Amino acid sequence: MLQIVVKEKGMLKKVNANENRNNVEIPQVRIGDAEFPQPFRSGLEYASPARGTWNIVHTGMLIPEAHEIFVCASCCLRGVVLTAAEMGAMDRFSTVEIREHNLLDGDMEELVIEGVSDIINKLPKRPPAVLVYTSCVHHFTGVDLDMIYERLRERFPDIDFTDCYMNPIMRKSGMTPDQLMRSRLYTMLHEREINPRAVAIIGNDLPTDEDSELMYILKSNDFIVHEITSCKSYEEYQEMAESAYYISYYPDAVPGGDMLADRLGGKHIKMDFSFDYEEIDETFAELAGALGINPRKPSDISDARRLCEEELVATKELVGDTPIAIDYTYCTRPLGLAKMLLTHGFNVQRVYLDAVSGGDKDAFDYLKRKYPDLILSPTVHAGMRFAQTANSGAGSKVLALGQKAAYFENTNHFVNLVEGGGMMGYEAIYRTARLMREAFETEKDMKELVGIKGLGCEGGCCS
Amino acid sequence: MKQTSRITSTYSADTMGVCSALFELGGMTIMHDASGCNSTYTTHDEPRWYDMDSMVYISALTEMEAIMGDDEKLLGDIEDAVRELHPKFVAIAGTPIPTMTGFDFEAVAAVAEQRTGVPCFGFATTGMNTYIHGVSMAFETLAKRVVKDIKTEKKKELPSDNERQDVQEESFSKHTDSNQYGSHSTTPKKLKVNIIGLTPLDFSVNGQDSSIASWLESENFEVVSRWAMGSTLEEIAMAGEADVNLVVSASGLAAAKVLFERFGMPYAVGLPIGHELPGAFADLIKTKVREFKEADASAATFESREISIHSGIFLAGSDSQNSAAQNATAERKNTTDSVQPYKKGFTAIIGEGVASFSLANAVELDLGIPAKVLCTTECPEDMLRECDRITPDEDDIIPELEGAAYIIADPLYKPICPPEAKFIPLPSEGFSGRLYRDEIPNLITDFEDFLKKRCI
Repeated sequence: MLQIVVKEKGMLKKVNANENRNNVEIPQVRIGDAEFPQPFRSGLEYASPARGTWNIVHTGMLIPEAHEIFVCASCCLRGVVLTAAEMGAMDRFSTVEIREHNLLDGDMEELVIEGVSDIINKLPKRPPAVLVYTSCVHHFTGVDLDMIYERLRERFPDIDFTDCYMNPIMRKSGMTPDQLMRSRLYTMLHEREINPRAVAIIGNDLPTDEDSELMYILKSNDFIVHEITSCKSYEEYQEMAESAYYISYYPDAVPGGDMLADRLGGKHIKMDFSFDYEEIDETFAELAGALGINPRKPSDISDARRLCEEELVATKELVGDTPIAIDYTYCTRPLGLAKMLLTHGFNVQRVYLDAVSGGDKDAFDYLKRKYPDLILSPTVHAGMRFAQTANSGAGSKVLALGQKAAYFENTNHFVNLVEGGGMMGYEAIYRTARLMREAFETEKDMKELVGIKGLGCEGGCCS
Repeated sequence: MKQTSRITSTYSADTMGVCSALFELGGMTIMHDASGCNSTYTTHDEPRWYDMDSMVYISALTEMEAIMGDDEKLLGDIEDAVRELHPKFVAIAGTPIPTMTGFDFEAVAAVAEQRTGVPCFGFATTGMNTYIHGVSMAFETLAKRVVKDIKTEKKKELPSDNERQDVQEESFSKHTDSNQYGSHSTTPKKLKVNIIGLTPLDFSVNGQDSSIASWLESENFEVVSRWAMGSTLEEIAMAGEADVNLVVSASGLAAAKVLFERFGMPYAVGLPIGHELPGAFADLIKTKVREFKEADASAATFESREISIHSGIFLAGSDSQNSAAQNATAERKNTTDSVQPYKKGFTAIIGEGVASFSLANAVELDLGIPAKVLCTTECPEDMLRECDRITPDEDDIIPELEGAAYIIADPLYKPICPPEAKFIPLPSEGFSGRLYRDEIPNLITDFEDFLKKRCI
């Protein structure tokens, strides 16, 4: 695995390239004054150096032995190629570069077919599956993708092809690129006999925690649990197709679950990731009903709640009134997390997000009423370029949950976790509390850590 | 097949080149793009991102805005951002989708300039060329629009014809004083020079930019401006004060040509790498600038000036009169333009044109090993020797490596190199981004170390 080193050689110092920075107002809004679902107006967008969330290269690499081929302009290829390079996965990654003349020549279909074929023919070993990523350019030129894949399947009948997309211009038109990618992961599963005791947890980049209630419930009821994050071979990946149930608890995984249910005939169970006791109980009760198993005993539930309360009390005793900041990359319910912590006495001062998700609507409404002074800050607003510098001399210790919060707050005391980190159920609460204590007591090298792309991917799931 | 890469990387694109070129100058650069370009640029192409508060953004273009041609959204966002963030200028750079929809960058920049009162530049980059193209466009625009015509301004400041005559005479007498230029002067006055073509994509942030400036100062030059690492916009505006431009990457060439057109300012192309070359290079620049000044002074009109170095002073190239490398190797054998020495046992250098050229000459001069350049980015044709190649694609490069004894290239090229050749890694941020940043050598000061460590 290649080591990413983002340290400079002492040649740079913190420099203010904008002499008028002191006049820049850092954008923020009290939640009491914020509008749902867009608290901030859209405009020019900034990209912070926090890069821990996964991208479409990382996610595609979850299919063991598959080869990725991106067909894009060089400006689009650059980020994905270097993602693969930093993963040490260049042997599973190739590109076809669109050049200016291709836009004029009308040979986009030919370029994809011949380019992909050329690469496959040059690979030292024939891959069982190829993910072909087309881009915005193909969408705008009306490229006949059906014909392209038909030809490729004719030429390479031993290879499974799937259509993947790098078309961020479509992020506000129908399915988002993230939703598309998480559904494409399962399009190559071949239909096979359904096993009524097999379950697939789908759409996660990170494996579900083995000690979460979800895994405990499934395994204690003798279900075989498939998850793409644990597949080591293409054959093992194919075994997911035997599942009678597809469980999703990551919101962007839902379209993939629906697609699987339509295509392979299993049942899609949508669960809610939450920090609210009642909602957790509700979603697990629905799971039990769908699987036809006994619901959790009241004593199990009260034990889980007691454990959460004990962990939260211990954490509060340690961190006291330390200001806390949360960002949306930590989990899919940042406002739900803020609500849970605030109602347990924590000093949550700020939540970084650019939009409020539907799942966080109830928490938004609650916080608006009960904690109107909670500050919401964007992450991509142009003015956020200067937020970290503004905090560089603040001095007070801030505890951050998530990389972007850590970056903007300029703190080394942070929980380094993205996309929920595989947490689910009550476990998300007590594990978060433990991680907060650890982050409070032990500093991390924030600058070094937040720059690493695809947090958790280097752990072997993409190897 | 051309345009395919089985296993190698891709160069940073022209869009990012614009951002990199303008990064330190206090402006606001906007990539007219949906999403992705900004995180790619800031993660892989911009080592200064964390430590300098430069304003680089995307427009967050949507499908509907592109289809409906809604330029007003971008204009409004620019107005808001300028009002809030006070940039010194605004630059708008293109990506594939605006290219396809025929977005008029110059027109939108002109409207934005009118509305904001801040200079605005439009760059019709497509995202389909290498960073060299984008950096080149940005520097060319600086040369056209930012660099002041100091001579004209000074003339305007003069109160009378008599005084103007005095100043002109003083200026002419400076030009005709041939003893003040060149390394043999007894009372040398420093030649003023701009360094053009500096970005971290070619020079990283390991001090190579400062090493070039230090070398110039040690050779009795005075550095007026550094485009664009280590200079402010105001310093670049004064670049017209220089006597000569030093072009250190292919991205500096277009700006140097503009400055030649505007001010008759000659330029040299190359990097001071190795033991023998830097001194010869400095001497050649001084000699040629002196000749140029003499010709300049004796000319009756601008049009009639005989400029012997109008094509620049190349460190190496087809014009032997202006080549420091060829002057220095006049007595050497086996290092000429002949193709023969490059068939077997040679060194292949893969990378950006000017740096690779300079390195090839240093390898030939200091080690006596033939070195050929495989130029992977945009490069002026007239810099190439017979043995060199422009090789943008993986399949262009592979056959050229046959018979190489040594290959100097970015580590991400290694998988396509023949195993019998000794691979000498020379990382470039323009190709492998931040991946090998700590291993990028300072070739200006540490050339010998670089080769020794790698046992060439």
